Amino acid sequence: MNFLSGRAGWLLLLALGLAFPFLAKNDYHLTVMSTAYIFAIATIGLNLITGYTGQFNLAHSGFMAVGAYTVGILTVDHQLPFWFAFPLSGVTAAVLGFFVGIVSLRLKGHYFSIFTLCVGYIMYLVIEKWESLTHGTVGIIGIPAPGAIGPIAFDTPRALYYLVFFFLVLGVFVMHRIATSLLGRTFMAIRNGEALAEALGIPLMRNKLLAFMLSVFYAGLAGGLYAGFVRFLGPGLAGVDHTFDMTMYMLVGGLGTLLGPLLGALSVPWLTQYLQFLQEYRFIVFGPILVALVIFLPHGIVGTWLGWRARRAAAAAPTPAPAAPATVPLPAGEAQPGAGRA
Amino acid sequence: MDLFLQQVLNGLTLGGIYSLVALGLTLVYGILHVPNFAHGAFYMAGAFISFHLMKAWGFNYWLAMLGSAACVAVLATLAERLVFHPLRKASGLHPMIAAIGVLLFLEAGAQALWGADFQRMQTPYTGIVELGGVTAPVQRLLIIGAAFSLVVVLHLFLTRTVLGSTIIAMAQNREGAALVGIDATRVSMLTFAISGVLAAVAATLYAPINLVYPAMGNLVITKAFVIIILGGMGSVPGAIAGGLIIGFAESFGAFYISPTYKDIIAFVLLVAILSVRPQGIFAQGAR
Repeated sequence: MNFLSGRAGWLLLLALGLAFPFLAKNDYHLTVMSTAYIFAIATIGLNLITGYTGQFNLAHSGFMAVGAYTVGILTVDHQLPFWFAFPLSGVTAAVLGFFVGIVSLRLKGHYFSIFTLCVGYIMYLVIEKWESLTHGTVGIIGIPAPGAIGPIAFDTPRALYYLVFFFLVLGVFVMHRIATSLLGRTFMAIRNGEALAEALGIPLMRNKLLAFMLSVFYAGLAGGLYAGFVRFLGPGLAGVDHTFDMTMYMLVGGLGTLLGPLLGALSVPWLTQYLQFLQEYRFIVFGPILVALVIFLPHGIVGTWLGWRARRAAAAAPTPAPAAPATVPLPAGEAQPGAGRA
Repeated sequence: MDLFLQQVLNGLTLGGIYSLVALGLTLVYGILHVPNFAHGAFYMAGAFISFHLMKAWGFNYWLAMLGSAACVAVLATLAERLVFHPLRKASGLHPMIAAIGVLLFLEAGAQALWGADFQRMQTPYTGIVELGGVTAPVQRLLIIGAAFSLVVVLHLFLTRTVLGSTIIAMAQNREGAALVGIDATRVSMLTFAISGVLAAVAATLYAPINLVYPAMGNLVITKAFVIIILGGMGSVPGAIAGGLIIGFAESFGAFYISPTYKDIIAFVLLVAILSVRPQGIFAQGAR
């Protein structure tokens, strides 16, 4: 009955992911899926600060680029191995996130979003202009593939697929633990009402900063993986349109749920692939879809479905409850969808 | 000294354009309390429509500006009707995301219609004037003159006419305005139309000394956000003052610090100021 949101659903997704290389028709499909996984990792991170904590961050792709350039610069310019540079990609992003967060998280609502939009632009422009460090518009070419771990060499698309898939599963698992812990509840309490959360004795700044740093840590690691997978970097990665893409993934699935952003990040890129003829015009279709979703399905697909299920469960409950309450609490571990308040 | 005056001229040019864009943004923010990310796309659309009217249909510069202002006003009003009106009761995150949807749609639309290439817009005013040792291209003087005249006209409209006062009234207190019989829906549409006109005029003025391309609005709108935060969100005089501050900071920064990092200056300024004063310089109490 708890299909998909229960353990069985997650196991099914895991099995599908493991079997995918045997179902895929060609290496191209593997590449598309692996790239989708990388952006899914970043999207799950974005969902922590935007979906769970309610702070609409627009600099996320900037942090992803910071992680990617950490790997690019360390491996190409300093000849360090990928596996040394990769963990640092998350760390660099998180450290930068600390400094950005200290200033930006004191701002409320729209101010925070606009501030992070500017931070994203600063990151993009710095990457583009600081040629001695980032190679400017030329980008970083010839990033080495991740080196072998023991007997496993990452020299085929299939091996790389499993590598990326492993980190996605790890990322989802850790995020599940965060979301269902006291810490996750704290974040959601901040989203649902900062003043109330503060009155309950929750230290706002410390928790928001922690959520922000964890969130951009995910972005940094996703960027590091991206560098090792695509093996070419340009300033475009920091562009705000990638943040917009990830926002769309979150919203399609459902803000503040674990499954939603994951499904969004895995399905929307396939739509783009199948609508090949659209390519760079894809936003002619996706722009209106985004608007329609916000207006008609503000909780996303997963969020709406969870709400519907919860209402049905409440209606079927044997207790002689008066008419179903207007707002139905969702099952533990899943957020009340779509709160995020300025 | 002449070089200094040259930077003053550049600062006024940039400041005039930024003020116009920021004014539209701040009016809409005052009414809807939504940071309208799509405003940059209105600006871009304004430039492309003028460009198209001049190149394909042979309109003269001023007629093209008028046509583009009308088109973008309709576009902005449509956006209000179809997108922001249904979301007027939604929480903070959703109207912002919807605005991004409009932005993405318009940008991709412009790219499909006119291509991703950089275009150059012609202007009849290519001359150069000597003003006490300062060489001033006529187009720049035109921008300064037109932008500040428009600001004055807008100010008179907002303070001296009943229609203008309803906008101010609604920005100050939505419920109160409704109580005295102001039609909120009509005022919202009017405000969007005005913001569209301002964006289109700014774009048409600035395009001849810049380039026309689908992403051209992004940097301008981001700077306009910086400006309205500096000036206090929703404040009309704040938007003008903020526009001039950023305009001068950029032209002097480009000259005395580094032209490479000119576009970063506004953002660094914002980060520095908000670190000290989270509510902006002029704002009395942030939302």
